[in-house]
This record gives sequence, structure tokens and C-alpha cells, in this order.
Amino acid sequence: MAGLQQVGLGHYLVVSAILLVLGVFGIFLNRKNVIIILMSIELILLSVNLNLVAFSASLGDMVGQVFAMFVLTVAAAEASIGLAILVVYFRNRGSIQVEDVNLMKG
Amino acid sequence: MFFITAVFAPLFGAMVAGLFGRWIGDRPAQAVSIICMLLAAVCGPLAWVQLEWGGAPSGSLSLGAWIYAGTFQVDWALRYDALSATMVAMVSFVSMLIHVYSIGYMAHDKFRRYRFFAYLSLFTFSMLMLVTANNLLQLFFGWEGVGVCSYLLIGYWYDRPSACAAAIKAMIVNRIGDLAFALGIALMFLTFGSIQLDAVFQALPQHQNEIYALFGIRVYELIALLLFIGAMGKSSQIILHVWLPDAMEGPTPVSALIHAATMVTAGVFLMARMGPLLNDAPDTLAFIEVIGATTAMFAATIGITQFDIKRIIAYSTVSELGFMMIGIGVGAYQTAIFLLICHAFFKALLFLCAGAVITQQHEEQDIRKMGGLWRKMPITYVTFWIAALSLGGMWPFAGFQAHDAVTRVAYAAGTSSGFYGYIAGVVATYLTCVYIFRELYLVFHGMPRMTAEKFAHSHEAPSVMTGPLAVLAIGATVAGFLLAPSFVGAGWQAYWGDTIQIAAWNHAFAGMEDVPALAAWLPLIATVVGLATVYVCYVVAPLTPAWLATTFRPIYLFFLNKWYFDELYDFLFVRPAFWIADLLWKTGDATLIDGVPNGLAELAVDGSKGAVRIQTGSIAVYAFTMLIGLVVLVGVFLIWR
Amino acid sequence: MAIFPTICFYVFSVLLLASAAMVVSARNPVHSVLFLIVAFFNAAALFLIAGAEFLALILVIVYVGAVAVLFLFVVMMLDVDFTQLRSGFQRYLPVGTAIGVLLLAELVFVMAGWQFHPSVPRLRFAPATTAVTNTVALGRLIYTDYILLFQAAGLVLLVAMIGAIVLTLRDRRRSRHQLIRMQTARDPKETLELVEVGLGVGVKVLGIYRPEATEPGSIDDDPLAAGQEAGVHHAPEAH
Repeated sequence: MAGLQQVGLGHYLVVSAILLVLGVFGIFLNRKNVIIILMSIELILLSVNLNLVAFSASLGDMVGQVFAMFVLTVAAAEASIGLAILVVYFRNRGSIQVEDVNLMKG
Repeated sequence: MFFITAVFAPLFGAMVAGLFGRWIGDRPAQAVSIICMLLAAVCGPLAWVQLEWGGAPSGSLSLGAWIYAGTFQVDWALRYDALSATMVAMVSFVSMLIHVYSIGYMAHDKFRRYRFFAYLSLFTFSMLMLVTANNLLQLFFGWEGVGVCSYLLIGYWYDRPSACAAAIKAMIVNRIGDLAFALGIALMFLTFGSIQLDAVFQALPQHQNEIYALFGIRVYELIALLLFIGAMGKSSQIILHVWLPDAMEGPTPVSALIHAATMVTAGVFLMARMGPLLNDAPDTLAFIEVIGATTAMFAATIGITQFDIKRIIAYSTVSELGFMMIGIGVGAYQTAIFLLICHAFFKALLFLCAGAVITQQHEEQDIRKMGGLWRKMPITYVTFWIAALSLGGMWPFAGFQAHDAVTRVAYAAGTSSGFYGYIAGVVATYLTCVYIFRELYLVFHGMPRMTAEKFAHSHEAPSVMTGPLAVLAIGATVAGFLLAPSFVGAGWQAYWGDTIQIAAWNHAFAGMEDVPALAAWLPLIATVVGLATVYVCYVVAPLTPAWLATTFRPIYLFFLNKWYFDELYDFLFVRPAFWIADLLWKTGDATLIDGVPNGLAELAVDGSKGAVRIQTGSIAVYAFTMLIGLVVLVGVFLIWR
Repeated sequence: MAIFPTICFYVFSVLLLASAAMVVSARNPVHSVLFLIVAFFNAAALFLIAGAEFLALILVIVYVGAVAVLFLFVVMMLDVDFTQLRSGFQRYLPVGTAIGVLLLAELVFVMAGWQFHPSVPRLRFAPATTAVTNTVALGRLIYTDYILLFQAAGLVLLVAMIGAIVLTLRDRRRSRHQLIRMQTARDPKETLELVEVGLGVGVKVLGIYRPEATEPGSIDDDPLAAGQEAGVHHAPEAH
């Protein structure tokens, strides 16, 4: 907590915001493969966690960290499921390039 | 009493035959309509005799109220006076004869005959309503009624496209006249505040100098002109004549009744009825004279070249109607009515003779394929001679008396238009003789130009057809003598009462007897010369007609093709009308109006096709869209905080 | 040194952001995963600076140790040929950058004008104390007040585990493997047949069906029925 008093809440929030934007960038700017999307999601969740922890430290409220822990849990679960889906998808389609994921094309 | 019966008996016959003919059968339907017509044919002349010589009072017989709309009030009422009674007598009598004739003529027709008789009786009723109308709206009712029945009867054989086209042509050309007639009625109401004939005639002196602002001419002139244009359509004067020759598509009794005796004379009757008004419109009278004279000559020139047995007589009708208008045009209405009555007899007779020939020649109508029939069809031959002499104006037949009266008053009018009418009368008389005796010769004389077998089987028409021929022949002979003193002779005022009024400035009628001898004899001379011409051209030197046709080929073609009126109208009116209709149909209706719902539907489909493209299936695009949505949401939140 | 945390903060945050950027833009997906791990490490350091040491280490253990490794497994397993990967970066880059900058600006706007309500300290759910370590404080919360959520989180993980297995499990029938018990339970009577073969005849006359020229047989005739008795069948002898 002391560290945060010295650094200042705002800095943490800015970092968190930039990390969020980077994660969002990663989702739609990549053309390479779907794994990058999943990793970008992890980055977004990381930024959220950072935000929560920063506020928790600033306000002196432990609930923020509890929340961040649950976010962590869910992020892990979601990453594993997402990767499982990706594996099955790759088995069926043979490619994980983002542009090939267009079977829902209307 | 007799009068009302005479007018409504044909209606009863028409209703029974028309509505119930299918159930009661052909013969009963015929019987009912014949009996009703006989009743009318008895009551009509009886009513006439009662009025003229029995001392019955003239007046209007009210039948009931009709329209009461503010100041516009018309009733159903029959006008019982000299003009109406004369017309009723003629119409009912001639119509009865033609009904009887039709029993024989339509005996082997392919359609059920009750329809024909119903239409004929309905037509008779309409005509009777026309001539007995006490106000112009009722007259217009009769006017339209005869137009409708004419359409129904011309197109009687409705499986023939030419008949249907002719019926439509008659209807449309009449419509043009009817439009002017309706405008005339409206203007009359506007001027006089009423369209009852009595009220109008009484109010005549009051509005004499009113000017119609739009055209700057006197109101009376304009009303008279509009009514005359209506008469031009119905009575087939020169510009609106094109329907009458084509109306020969109908059965011959129809031609005899409608296009000889009754419907086409409705225009002349209207002019005579509105005589007091016309007396105040001298310019219009001059116009009528010119039109009538031109019609008389023009139709006669066409008549001398035609080959269809009915078409010659049709052009003859047009010419005679022009003659009648010559009489109207100089303000001597009684001469026109006199010619009308006589014309009814001999023209109907001509048509019925032609019909007898046609039925016996198995529907052959080309006179170039006839000839030598005088021994085979003696009664028809003799009656045809009588009718031809009457039409040609040979003394002492009825036609001579009537034509003589008309040409005399035309000469005696002293105006330039009157003189033009006189010249036209003489020329038309000459040409009339030429074509009618040409027809007589080609049909009845000479070597037979049909197959020998057909010639061998030709025989006289049945007596149900020759009976009316005989009666009409008697009328064509003596009607002139009997009626001349009352109609146009010394006793005319006592006879006509105040239905026919000569204008004070008009000395045409008064000067009728004082016409110089040459002028009086000239028409008769023209008749004889015409007879001689036909004799020379067809008996003495038979190659003359062919030589004339080839030498004067352009003139011959001009006359043969009816002065190219049909082609001109086709170019001027029919084709543009079709073009406009095509435009409205294909562009206006199909493209524009149908295009709106079709276009909307297509818009929906295209819109959805475009919307479908949003479903790219590309995750990146979806994510991008979500991001944009997020940015927008945050922005909105920021702005509204 | 009072400035030490600030320097640390800047160093770690720069590294974090740089490695996050490299995650997104690295060509080789393996490199992407490795950069992700670096990002996680730096984020853990930031957590430490903020005083949440339990979470920092959990981040390392769970995220790096499990999730990132899982990513690596999958990347390696899928055998993606990174030389063929298209770089479709440039298409949306201008618009995307603009939108991203816009988003960033908005977030900064939000945070710049953020003011805490004076009653916030009173409304804390679980005030932090310096009496115990962070871990103990966290433990005191999640096993008492938030026990249900904790159990639910466990259930979520269970479901995720089952789900991953169910998703990726391949069907047995598609893979061939031995079933020993079936093999040892085979009976010669069902599998062997001894046939005496005549010379020049063969076991079965399989020949091409040639219809008789004179008498065509019916359509239901078995075309191979002609030579069933060619060989003489013996029942296998029981051994």
C-alpha cells in the first residue's frame, strides 16, 4: 500500500487503460491466428485485475483483491475452455487463421 | 291515352322479350314484341289523328317527378303537340313494319332471336321518348338510349370483330356530338335557368343580346351551335359521318330502322324542335346550311363508286340528312320534317329491299356479283323501283315533293348560304339518281354475274318480308301528296301550331312559291339527266364506267376511298389515342404505378441483401464492431455525465 | 529511498506495456506466448508494489505456470507454420489506431475527472489492516464472508476441466488399439475353416457371371451360386 501512495493511483490506472487498449487491439488487428485473440483476452483480464488491485490498495478495501482473485480463476477456466475449443476446431478445419473462421458468413 | 300507350308499349315488349326471352322461348318473345309494336303502331297514328283533326288539345302529359336539385328541376313528361305526334306516328308505324320484316329476316339467324326483338323494341321506346320529351334532359335520355341501342344492334353479331369495331366507332363518334350537346344543355340552363322547352321558348326574347364572354359571341348562337354539333354526330353530317357506313355491319332491319328512319333523324328533329331558338341564331343557321349542303354533295359523290349494296344506301342516307339540314339551315323547319317523314318511308323501303336481296343471295352483298334478278324477285324489284324514283326525286313520288320543297326554300332564302344549299341540292339530286339507278340496274338487270346454281335457286322473299315492302311502297308513293298540303302547303300553320315558327326576318318559306321557274324545275331536270346517265353508262355503252374510272383515276380513288376521312381520322386521332394509351399502360401503369410496390419489394430484398453482408463471418470485424460500440457507449456516458 | 517504488513502477510498467505490445505483434506465436509470460511477470511485480503480494504470486503460479504453459502446449501442438502466416495488420491499422486512441482518451477522461466521494472510507467492505499479512487478510475474507463465491469458483474450475476434456476427447472408435481380452477369448471354431481344395479348382469358383445363351436365368439368381460345391468342406478338427 505504501508503494501505491507514493506512485499514485492515476499511474496505475493509466497503465491499466493502455493495457486494455493493447488487448483490444490485439483482438481485431491480428490476422494471424486465433490464439492471439485468446492471449489478447488474457491481457484485457490482466488489465482489469491491475485496476482492481490498484483501487483496492488505494481505498484500503480488501474486496478488490478478492474480486481480482475470482477474476483470475475465471480467466484460467476460460482460457482452458477456449483452447480446448481451438484444438477441436483445428482438428476439424485444419487451420486457425482468423480469416478462415468465416463459416457463419451470411 | 293513346299517346302514352304508343310510347310505353314498346318498352313493355322490350322488357318481356329481353328479360324473360330465355325462359319463354323465341316465338313467344317475338309474339309479345310484335303485339306491343302493333299496339303502338295503332295508338301512335290514332293519337296523331286525334290531335290534328280530332281537336284534342296539345300540351304536356306529366308522368312524374325526376330531378329536383336546387333551381334545376326536370320532370318526366310527354309533350303532345304536332311535331311530337307526327314523329310518334311515323316512328311507331315504321318500327312495327320492321319488326314484322325481322321475323322473316332473322328466321335463320344463329343467335336467339328474342335478343334482337328486345333491342329493337327498346330502341323504339328510346326514340319515342326522344321525340316526346318536354325538356332537354329527357330528350338527352332518349338520345343516349338510341345511341346505346344502336351500339347493341350494330354489334348484334358480336362474334364478328368488324361488327364490334363498327359499334364502338358509332358510339365514340356519337359521343363527340353528345359532349357538345351536353354542353349546350348546360349553357341553356345557365342562360335560361331551366331546360323545360316551354320555359325556354317563353324566355327567348329576354336574353337575345347576351354575349358569352369566353368566345365573344351571342349566347343563342353558341347554344345553337353546340346543339347542332350534337346533331352532327347523331345525324351523321360531314365531319362526324364516319360511323354510318360502318354501321352497315348490323343486320339489315337495324339499318332500316335506325340508320334510315329514326335514329339518324333525331338530329334533324332536335333542330326542328329548337326552331324558335335557331330563329334567333342566324349565323348558326348559315353554318348549318353550309354543313348540310356539303354533306349532301360529298356523300353522293362517294355513293356513286361503292359496291356494297347496303353501303350505297348508307351514303344515300348521309346525303339525305344533308338535304334535311339544308332545309333547317334556311329556317324552314317544316320542309326538313316533311323530307324526314318521306325519307323514312323510301329509305326504309330501300334497305328492306336490299335485305331481301341479301337473304336470297345467301348473304352476298357485293352488287358486282348480282344481276338479272328482276324476274326472280318481282315484288322486291317493283318496290325498289318505287323507292328509287322517290329517292331520286321523280314526280309524283314523295321524294319529289320533299326535295322540291327543300330546294325551293333554299333558293328563296336569298342568302349566299341558301344559294349554296340550292346548288348542292341540285348536284346531290343528280348524283343520287346516278347511284341509286346504278344500283338498281346492277342488282336487278343485266346478265346474272353469280353462279348459275345460285341464280337458279333465287326466288322471292317470304311474304312476311314482302308485306312491309308493299306497305312502305304505298307510303313512298302517296305520302308526298297526302302530307304536302299540311306540312308545307297552305295549311301548315294550322297543322303545326306553334311548334314550328318561322322567324320574322325569314322570307325563305314565304317565297317558296315565287321561285323562278327554271330554279324550280332544275332539280327535276337533274333527276331525269341522272336517269339518262345511268341508262347511257350501263345499257347503251357499258364500257363507259370503266373508261371514266381509269381516265379520272385520282378522282375515282378519292371518291372510292370515302375522301380518305377514315385514314385522316386514324392518323389524327386514333393513332395518337392508342399511343397515349400505350404510354399510360406501359410506362404509366406498368412501370410507374406498378413499379411502386414492386420497387418497394425490391428495395426490401436489396436492403436485406445488403444487410446480410454485415454477416462477414470474420471475427475480427465483429470484434471491431464491438469495440466501436464500446467507444460510443463510453463517449455517450462521458457526454451525459 | 522514497523514490524507489516509483522507479520500480516505471520500469516494470514500461516492460509490461512493451511486452504486451509484442504479444500482439510478434510473428512467431511461440514468441507471443513468451512475451505474454514476461507481461505476466511484470504485472506481478506491479502487484507487489501495490502491496498485493498474494495475488502477485498467484498470478505467477496460475497464469504463468498454468495458463501460459497451456498456451504454449497448444501452440506447439497445433504445429502452425508461422512462415506462412499472413500479416494482415495494415488493413485496419489506421482506423483501428484511431479507435484505440479514442478509447484511450475516453478512459483517461473518465479517470482524470474521478473524485472519490467523501464517504468512501466509511463504505469499505473489508478494511485493510496492517496487522496481518496480505495473505492472512485475504484468507480471512474468502473463507468467511465470501465462502460461497469461493466454492463457486471451484465449481467453475471443475466445469472448465470437465468441459475441456469433453471437448477434446476423441472417440474411441476412431483409434485402433488392442483389446487383449477379446484376443484371448477367440475360439478357433469361429475363426478357422479347413477346406480341401481340388486340383485346378480353387476354393470357390468366383468367375465372371456369364449368362447362358439359350436360357437366361431370373434376375434373382445368385451369380455366384454356380460353383459353391467346388471344394469339399471339412469341419475344422477340434484340437
